[in-house]
Amino acid sequence: MAEATDPEFAGVVAKPLTAWEKLYGNAALRKAVVLAALALAWEIGARRIGNDLLFPTFSATVVAFWEGLKSGVLFQRTGYSLRLLLEGYAVGLACAALLTALATATRIGTDLLETLTAMFNPLPSIALLPLALLWFGLGQLSLIFVLVHAVLWSVALNTHSGFRGVSETLRMVGRNYGLKGVRYVTQILVPAALPSILTGLKIGWAFAWRTLIAAELVFGVSTGSGGLGWYVFENKNQLETANVFAGLFTVILVGLLVENLVFRTIERATLRRWGMEP
Amino acid sequence: MASTGAEALLEVRGVTLQYKTRAHLITATYRVDFRVFRSDRFVMLGPSGCGKSTLLKAVGGYLAPTEGEIRLAGEPVRKPGPDRAMVFQEFDQLLPWKTVKENVVFALVASRTLRHKEAVDRAMQYIEKVGLTRFADAYPHTLSGGMKQRVAIARGMAMEPRILLMDEPFAALDALTRRKMQEELLQLWEETRFTVLFVTHSIDEAVLLGNRILLLSPHPGRVKAELDSDGSDGVGPDGLRLSQRIRRMLFEGGLPEEAVAHG
Repeated sequence: MAEATDPEFAGVVAKPLTAWEKLYGNAALRKAVVLAALALAWEIGARRIGNDLLFPTFSATVVAFWEGLKSGVLFQRTGYSLRLLLEGYAVGLACAALLTALATATRIGTDLLETLTAMFNPLPSIALLPLALLWFGLGQLSLIFVLVHAVLWSVALNTHSGFRGVSETLRMVGRNYGLKGVRYVTQILVPAALPSILTGLKIGWAFAWRTLIAAELVFGVSTGSGGLGWYVFENKNQLETANVFAGLFTVILVGLLVENLVFRTIERATLRRWGMEP
Repeated sequence: MASTGAEALLEVRGVTLQYKTRAHLITATYRVDFRVFRSDRFVMLGPSGCGKSTLLKAVGGYLAPTEGEIRLAGEPVRKPGPDRAMVFQEFDQLLPWKTVKENVVFALVASRTLRHKEAVDRAMQYIEKVGLTRFADAYPHTLSGGMKQRVAIARGMAMEPRILLMDEPFAALDALTRRKMQEELLQLWEETRFTVLFVTHSIDEAVLLGNRILLLSPHPGRVKAELDSDGSDGVGPDGLRLSQRIRRMLFEGGLPEEAVAHG
């Protein structure tokens, strides 16, 4: 390369990295190695313990997971959970939209939103389940109620603070071209606040997914059919511990898929393209 | 003043503007009068705190005068409207989620000036005027500061407003780009002879761009003088250049000098 052309300059201008340096620079590869090491440690540890009821091996879990997929039971349970989750998520979003609209339109609405969020945000949604069971009985309605609570506050809070953060210039531009009311909100405020709205949606999703699985664990005791949480609980009762692990693995997998595929894709198509990443 | 006797396009009469901060009621301008005629390049010049930007926002309809009135073509100004397109100093005046073309089209469609199809045609026409045809499908974050301001100017001009309001549009640019943009603006004006009300704190910019210059003194903003300019900064009968005369007028009485930058 351009080495030693300048007598004053003795260093390297550009030199290819060694193969090892290149591999080590690859974050995905490093993580894959970590995962493989963990799986290996698990396998060895579980074999040492030698008790399938308490701690099945990695390979037993993989087999259980595969069987679950093949028989379709994992898909069915996951589908059940996701459908419920989407219902709760949708209702939660509608409530959040209503509350944010109120908060954007009036000052007392702002106070209402801020007070309610301050009160309910620290409250784990699952803590509302006993109350929900009391009010709505043993049905999906109770789960949806808890899910709405999980989604509502983070979405409303983030959307509202996103709206408040929209620059004065952008607001003036919107009004300059005659935007008012709903058109102003949908054409200026929502896109301008999209980074925090998406953050709210992501947090809301994460809360809702964890809450749902937890609620199903409690809930499953008294109803026949259920989602992934119930699958875990059921298999624990039948001492199918490998299936319990497979169920937990599915919970993790769905969580990762939604966070990394769905939200990442939305972000790539919007925020990154527009240079609006926070 | 070529248009003396003709009907003024914009009439600002006895306008006092006040706004509240957390702790104070600030009087930004006190009983300001001026008139802008068609095809004027009217510049409001003054140091920080003379209320020139506030005055421009009042003309834009964002702020109601506590005293006096603002009339555009005889109609009192009550709220913002597309007949007074604004160009701001800040680069974030472009909607980051829309391309260059979409930003201009947005203005035309949102204001119900044109329907989408005609809006696209007109947008491309003005984008070409500011020399950005190649970047019509680029998103604002990929453009330089000067290019962003060109888009904002194209957007304002595409509205074909009665008056174009420009709030220090070149203040955030580097000196070379600013110089270039000033010349481009004059070139655009030669082509279409639009009416523009321009706010600046730079004496050189005012002398170069304006055919009429309104000099404002600070705290609160009051009219100090109204001058004509032919852009050349020539020597007047008193042996002084226009810019020197302005400097003298602004600083007599020991005003804080750091307030006026020499753009």
